[in-house]
Amino acid sequence: MSKKKDTFINMVVSLFVITIISGFSLGFVNDLTLEPKAKAKLEKKVNALKLVLPTFDNNPVEDVLLIQVENIKVSVEVYPAYQSNEFVGAAIIGSTEKGFSGLIKIMVGFKPDGTIQNIAVLEQKETPGLGTKMKDEKFLAQFRDKNPASYNLKVTKDGGEVDALTGATITSRAFGEAVQMAFDEFVKNNGSLIRLKN
Amino acid sequence: MAEKVNQTQNFLKGIVKENPVFVMLLGMCPTLGVTSSAFNGLGMGVATLFVLLMSNIVVSLVKSQIPSKVRIPAFIIIIASFVTIVEMVLEAFVPFLYEQLGIFIPLIVVNCLILGRAEAFASKNNILSSILDALGMGLGFVVALTLLGATREILGSGSLFGLKFVPEDANTFILFILPPGAFIALAYLTVLFNKISIKTT
Repeated sequence: MSKKKDTFINMVVSLFVITIISGFSLGFVNDLTLEPKAKAKLEKKVNALKLVLPTFDNNPVEDVLLIQVENIKVSVEVYPAYQSNEFVGAAIIGSTEKGFSGLIKIMVGFKPDGTIQNIAVLEQKETPGLGTKMKDEKFLAQFRDKNPASYNLKVTKDGGEVDALTGATITSRAFGEAVQMAFDEFVKNNGSLIRLKN
Repeated sequence: MAEKVNQTQNFLKGIVKENPVFVMLLGMCPTLGVTSSAFNGLGMGVATLFVLLMSNIVVSLVKSQIPSKVRIPAFIIIIASFVTIVEMVLEAFVPFLYEQLGIFIPLIVVNCLILGRAEAFASKNNILSSILDALGMGLGFVVALTLLGATREILGSGSLFGLKFVPEDANTFILFILPPGAFIALAYLTVLFNKISIKTT
């Protein structure tokens, strides 16, 4: 069990063999996990959809519409929901960069008349214990069954109707903005969504 | 390295006498970064335990084949491969934990605990001692992270493993969930741990 000598050829060969083996084993594991990974991602999306939409019987993930918006680089995803071919609502992913620590991504479910069915937070990096409370029932309940056309989504400090989270006004503002953005997209595309299935 | 290592001692030293977090102060980056809840600490600890165990086994097996001048890059490649495997498996099967731990999973590669054990122990000892060493050290790391996570979670959000025991709107020490709280909690736990372990030995 003597150590190999530090000759040039020894060093090259041993490193080469190690990298080859690790490369192949990583490729193998990647192939194994590719399917479950995609499944886990899809499941998360479907769960969020089930949470924010009324009961539906189509597959919103397949019917997704990608809408290009002027001032945002990525396209907005719109998931329409149908129950026996009748339009029952749509889930729209709203996002904003104005959170306390950047990106906030939420999924807002709308009924056909624009009333908010429910909201789910998809991605956020807010301060734990302060901004993350936007996931709490108490905060989200303010938005349920409200129509942003008549309900001002700004926080009370800015003349709106939303009670901001204690110590997280910036987060609350950003949240309202993301909901507003989702609503604007919903209003713009409402007509095409209803026509889609007919 | 013919000296006989007392295997029980070898296993136990990682948990108490040479606890990687409270005594050797190794791997501070994930220790401070992810322990905002007991569950996160436990998850990170188990992920590290797995990588440590596998890398110790492999390093101990191939130690005689690696010229000593290139041993560090060789160890890093071995460790990085296992970390990537852990990352892919977590993303596929425990997506919740994967999101919580985020950037700290790839950072297990540079956890000096793992490279330290590979360099200081596995490259000089046989496979059985290396496995026991990895298990001991890994368990010590798991215990320390879970303890730290639990302390911060109890003080910071009034819950333990996600089970709340204070009213929804109660005021808790949010400081302990934030990064400064990690340093404070770690310091006090280290004092306590050393005080107790010195007294008992």
